[in-house]
Amino acid sequence: MVEAEIYITIKKTVSDPQGLTIKHALASLNFKEIEEVRVGKLITIKLNLKDKNEAQRKLDEMCKKLLANPIIEDYSFQIKEDTI
Amino acid sequence: MKFGVVVFPGSNCDQDCFYVINNILNQPVKYVWHKDTKLDKFDCIVLPGGFSYGDYLRPGAIARFSPIMKRISEIVEKGKPAIGICNGFQVLLEAGLLPGAMLRNKNLHFICKYVYIKAENNQTPFTNLGKRSQILKIPIAHNEGSYYIDEKGLGELKRNKQIVFRYCSKEGKTDSEFNPNGAVDNIAGIINKKGNLLGMMPHPERSSELALGSNDGLLVFKSIVKWLGSR
Repeated sequence: MVEAEIYITIKKTVSDPQGLTIKHALASLNFKEIEEVRVGKLITIKLNLKDKNEAQRKLDEMCKKLLANPIIEDYSFQIKEDTI
Repeated sequence: MKFGVVVFPGSNCDQDCFYVINNILNQPVKYVWHKDTKLDKFDCIVLPGGFSYGDYLRPGAIARFSPIMKRISEIVEKGKPAIGICNGFQVLLEAGLLPGAMLRNKNLHFICKYVYIKAENNQTPFTNLGKRSQILKIPIAHNEGSYYIDEKGLGELKRNKQIVFRYCSKEGKTDSEFNPNGAVDNIAGIINKKGNLLGMMPHPERSSELALGSNDGLLVFKSIVKWLGSR
């Protein structure tokens, strides 16, 4: 079993009103040092695979096909090393 | 001519669309379950609003893989008209049948209210009964209606006259203060290059009887009937 974490983020060129609102909220709590806040999604997936390369290939395909919308989102993923 | 109203799990404006077509326009209409793939008997397909698959992941992201979507893509390619309203529009964007994507409303609120939109293009199967720059009073009800497209894509939409509806004031001003959700260029509805597939966030089916506050939405449905009748 391979475990992976997939991160979906809104592209840098696309505005993120949720991140902006959180930034203001943090600033009002006196965290003045904040430059920027962006909100994304974390998806965890367990795959019935043993091979890391194949898992990477499958995860990439999943992100491209469904998990991320390439017009507004970027994605990256990490396979948990201790699960390989 | 026969209308088909698609029903995804989670659609909730399907009955309103059906009612307007059946009871107000007196046109034949049938529901089509999203797993049905026989669409030949229909002359126009309506993808209604709602929350297909609970809006999970992204609105429309899962419904776009429903079996019916492949068939819709084929009949649109053949030139039949189809219209996606609200969630229906989001499904069409996710399917890549229309360009761009939807973001969360700029103010992070679910917005449910009457707005004004301007028909920027009245040479379409969906607006042919409208005057030039006709203003319609029509409600929106969405959380992810902030239409996004990059600069290059926007230029292309403009060049091809694909922008059909833009949010505006009662008098037709398209300043940003009349943009309810932060949509690029106040865009409320666009059409494909071929001109037979419309996606729009406002709900014409919710504004087709004066008792509801406006019947301006009828223009969209009546235009389709006229267009189909003239072919």
